[in-house]
Amino acid sequence: MTAAANTSPAPWRADLFILPLIVALGALAALIEAARSPDPAMVIQAWTFLACMIAIGAFYLKTYGGGIPLEEREGYANNVVKAGVIASMFWGIAGMLVGLIIALQLSFPNLFYFPDWAWTNFGRMRPLHTSAVIFAFGGNVLIATSFYVVQRTSRARLFGGSLPWFVFWGYNTFIVLAGTGYLLGVTEGREYAEPEWYADLWLTVVWVGYLLTFLGTIIKRKEPHIYVANWFYLAFIATIAMLHIVNNLSIPVSPLETKSVSLFSGVQDALTQWWYGHNAVGFFLTAGFLGIMYYFIPKRAERPVYSYRLSIVHFWTLIFIYIWAGPHHLLYTALPDWAQTLGMTFSVILWMPSWGGMINGLMTLSGAWDKLRTDPVIRMLVVSVAFYGMSTFEGPVMSVRTVNALSHYTNWTIGHVHSGALGWVGYVSFGALYCLVPWLWKKKALFSNALVEWHFWISTLGIVLYITSMWVAGIMQGLMWRAYNDFGFLEYSFVETVVAMHPYYIIRALGGLMYLTGVLIMAYNLWRTVKDAPAEAAVPANLVAAEAV
Amino acid sequence: MEGLDYETVLAFCQSWSVVYFSLMFAVAIAYALWPSNQKGFREAAALPLQDDGDI
Ligand code: HEM
Ligand code: HEM
Repeated sequence: MTAAANTSPAPWRADLFILPLIVALGALAALIEAARSPDPAMVIQAWTFLACMIAIGAFYLKTYGGGIPLEEREGYANNVVKAGVIASMFWGIAGMLVGLIIALQLSFPNLFYFPDWAWTNFGRMRPLHTSAVIFAFGGNVLIATSFYVVQRTSRARLFGGSLPWFVFWGYNTFIVLAGTGYLLGVTEGREYAEPEWYADLWLTVVWVGYLLTFLGTIIKRKEPHIYVANWFYLAFIATIAMLHIVNNLSIPVSPLETKSVSLFSGVQDALTQWWYGHNAVGFFLTAGFLGIMYYFIPKRAERPVYSYRLSIVHFWTLIFIYIWAGPHHLLYTALPDWAQTLGMTFSVILWMPSWGGMINGLMTLSGAWDKLRTDPVIRMLVVSVAFYGMSTFEGPVMSVRTVNALSHYTNWTIGHVHSGALGWVGYVSFGALYCLVPWLWKKKALFSNALVEWHFWISTLGIVLYITSMWVAGIMQGLMWRAYNDFGFLEYSFVETVVAMHPYYIIRALGGLMYLTGVLIMAYNLWRTVKDAPAEAAVPANLVAAEAV
Repeated sequence: MEGLDYETVLAFCQSWSVVYFSLMFAVAIAYALWPSNQKGFREAAALPLQDDGDI
């Protein structure tokens, strides 16, 4: 085909007018900030944002300058999903590398401390890690998989023309803005919601675009049923919108400065923050990834969902119960006792829908158990569901006041976080990416199954080292803090607990290194799959393409 | 608004939320178990297996 045949003259299309206009307005605002702001951090943020807007503008010119590209006129939108897969791998490696660095900072504070470079400080690197793994890696995985899944299960192309591309570039602009902001010391100081007001505003615009793309695709679906994975994705998108807006209600000290002040204060502020924080776990790290589970496990195992009825009960109970469990982050605080009890009770109840979902995911393999042995990708997906079960059992236990009295502020929480993050979120994402790359790039199979085996075993060992060391360190730390001697004095000074934890910190860093190694193996394998793996025997695809022409 | 103090709101929430939640739960269960829905659910459960090829 010639270049000319690849495009058609552009008809008037609203998205090609509105979205570049938003980008142009963003660029204009950035220019004003860069020229006028007295705040040096804001000036750097503005130039960064401007560069991103110019890049998006260039993308629009290149893609749509000569008319509507062929890819956009027929079939599913695959290129934006491919871009999401690449971005996920990039941010995954970056975020986990930063995780390893902060783990090393905690283990060897005098080796990894550079007082001349403020941006290398633990306090700035830590939010960089959490945002890079949750929002950059996890977010791109969710956007890519949701775009893939909603198209297939609706039998419809993504809604909105270039809107999905705007969502992809806009979201990654937010990530860049947030990440570079942390390194400059710009932060709202709200965990998992650190980005300042202007980044929050931009994300709001992008997220509305995401919701429109997803809902629009569902509305124009050709399949009568809305598949359960789409319910989970939709709950994730809608709830994150609500959480993001409420938790970030704030007033900038000046439109030209980075700093803003929250509308909430005191215990209301704390409750709002952890209502947000907990549901970021519940709807970002759980509901969204359950969408992945409900599509990729049946698809890969070639078995229908074990019980569709259970999936419906799973969905409604999960979203109704999760939203009330936030106070378990605020036990023994100024929060009223009844609210703490409410949070604790709902957390314990939450165990049931969670395990309902786990059973549904695992039992989908019934009749195909041998695949666990032969297909390492399925094994990864199934182990992820097992870790989901483990962390959703541990969570309710930690929500019980007396247990939390021991676990709170200790490394036990860090262990819990990473059994969910590495075991569940990480593995279910890796499984999905291993599926997606051959499907999207039309390859027969992955470049190497053996490398997947290596990835699986190295990173599984890494997770085990990470979480067991943090359990031991956490429980030891908690017990040492509360130990009294015969005279009623504290038995240990704070620094004694730090010394006692040192070996466990080193084991954790080793576990993190292994996990990261696994991800690097994966990146290599996926790259070789795209480059070298033999193409799919393309009969069905060819037929479809021939009919479409 | 005299009547709408903290205690009143609290009492209302603490009692009626039980009713509300039980109802929501009952509706979800009923929807999941309703006999005429089962055929649709069976088809839906196999949806990911039938979506190969292009649109
Ligand atoms: C190579 C892998 C990883 C390493 C070495 C690592 C290391 C760390 C370290 C050292 C901390 C700080 C702990 C502290 O302050 O005591 C941390 C926090 C955190 N990490 Fe990771 N991490 C990794 C992967 C991930 C992934 C994949 C996710 C999520 C998907 C994640 C989510 C988090 C979260 C949410 C926190 C904050 C926990 C809290 O505040 O309670 N991490 N990580
Ligand atoms: C039934 C499900 C769950 C319950 C009831 C639960 C409960 C808890 C509790 C009680 C804490 C400690 C709060 C504290 O002492 O400060 C906690 C922390 C945390 N959990 Fe879970 N958890 C659940 C599942 C998960 C899953 C699946 C993930 C990740 C994918 C996760 C991620 C986190 C994170 C990131 C934190 C740290 C928050 C912080 O920064 O302090 N949780 N969870």
